[in-house]
Amino acid sequence: MSLKERIKECLEEDLLELTEFRGDLCVEVPKNRVLEVMSKLKKEAGFDFLSDVFGVDNLDLYAAKAKKAKKKTGEEEEEEPKKKEPPPPRFEVMYLLLSLSTNERLQVKVRVPEDDMDVPSVTGIWRSATWPEREAFDMFGFRFKGHPNLRRLLMWDEFEDHPLRKDYPLEGKGEERHLNYDTV
Amino acid sequence: MNFQAIQGEGWLLTKAEQLINWGRSRSPWPFPYGTACCGIELMCALASGYDMARFGAERVAFTPRQCDVLIEAGTITKKMVPVLKRIYAQMAEPKWVIAVGACACTGGVFRTYSTQQGIGSVIPVDIYIPGCPPRPEGILYALLKLIDKIEADHPLYKQRQKVVEALEAGK
Ligand code: SF4
Repeated sequence: MSLKERIKECLEEDLLELTEFRGDLCVEVPKNRVLEVMSKLKKEAGFDFLSDVFGVDNLDLYAAKAKKAKKKTGEEEEEEPKKKEPPPPRFEVMYLLLSLSTNERLQVKVRVPEDDMDVPSVTGIWRSATWPEREAFDMFGFRFKGHPNLRRLLMWDEFEDHPLRKDYPLEGKGEERHLNYDTV
Repeated sequence: MNFQAIQGEGWLLTKAEQLINWGRSRSPWPFPYGTACCGIELMCALASGYDMARFGAERVAFTPRQCDVLIEAGTITKKMVPVLKRIYAQMAEPKWVIAVGACACTGGVFRTYSTQQGIGSVIPVDIYIPGCPPRPEGILYALLKLIDKIEADHPLYKQRQKVVEALEAGK
């Protein structure tokens, strides 16, 4: 049985979308089912190793798409405005899984809307998720529920923004770090 | 040291300032603060191929309290800035700073939220070495320039000013 079929069988109705790009499988799963899906993937599909967890901010992608769509409707003015689809959630969390026994890889995608940044933490399934989740929290602001120590990993603790979000300026907002050694 | 005069056997006259400068310029002990790729070039300059010890940078100390020259080789992130300031403050006077590489001088290619745009804005720097990374020869050249700078120094200038003022007040 190919990996695709096995994944389909394993996830059943939790599978929202399955895409393949140049041999890389990517499955999308609902956010509230992350823990169940992940433990199923680990136990039944044999993905025993978590390589990485990271975030994606699709802000510019959707803005560009909206612009394109606007241009198109502008040309055909007579046509009735199309029914507006709700915009897709802004953020994604990606999990890269690896099966050490069969050397197969799988990407798991979870869409996260901007107004609800809570994501279940997979630290209970793979201990190696602690630091990647801290990094994703630091850079994008996902709140991983159930993470044992969700602090910033790269930026300092007093830093307020999440710098890999697309609306954060590349050169920063002039933050500086101050440490008062005498009171520590 | 410029010998002022040698009179007879066992006599050597010089100026106290020159004696001090002679001692300082012959033993600029470095504190290797390698934070990124430039640190590799610094290691190379310190190792036997280029051998910075030839110019008196003999003892690489890993405590700032025993060092004279802070050689800052590499990118300084904003998270690191307080540490750099602290280390500079821990060094005993007299102290000098060499900024190695584009990153330490200006932030280099990293014009981003996380990188300090040049350490010159947080601690005083004596010598800037451009390059990404500079070759070990560049670091040696900077050390020689620093030695020139130390030799042109007047370490007793303040004390001399005090004496002059006291004499003038006494008149
Ligand atoms: S100047 Fe270039 S070689 Fe040196 S630390 Fe920066 S990026 Fe690395």
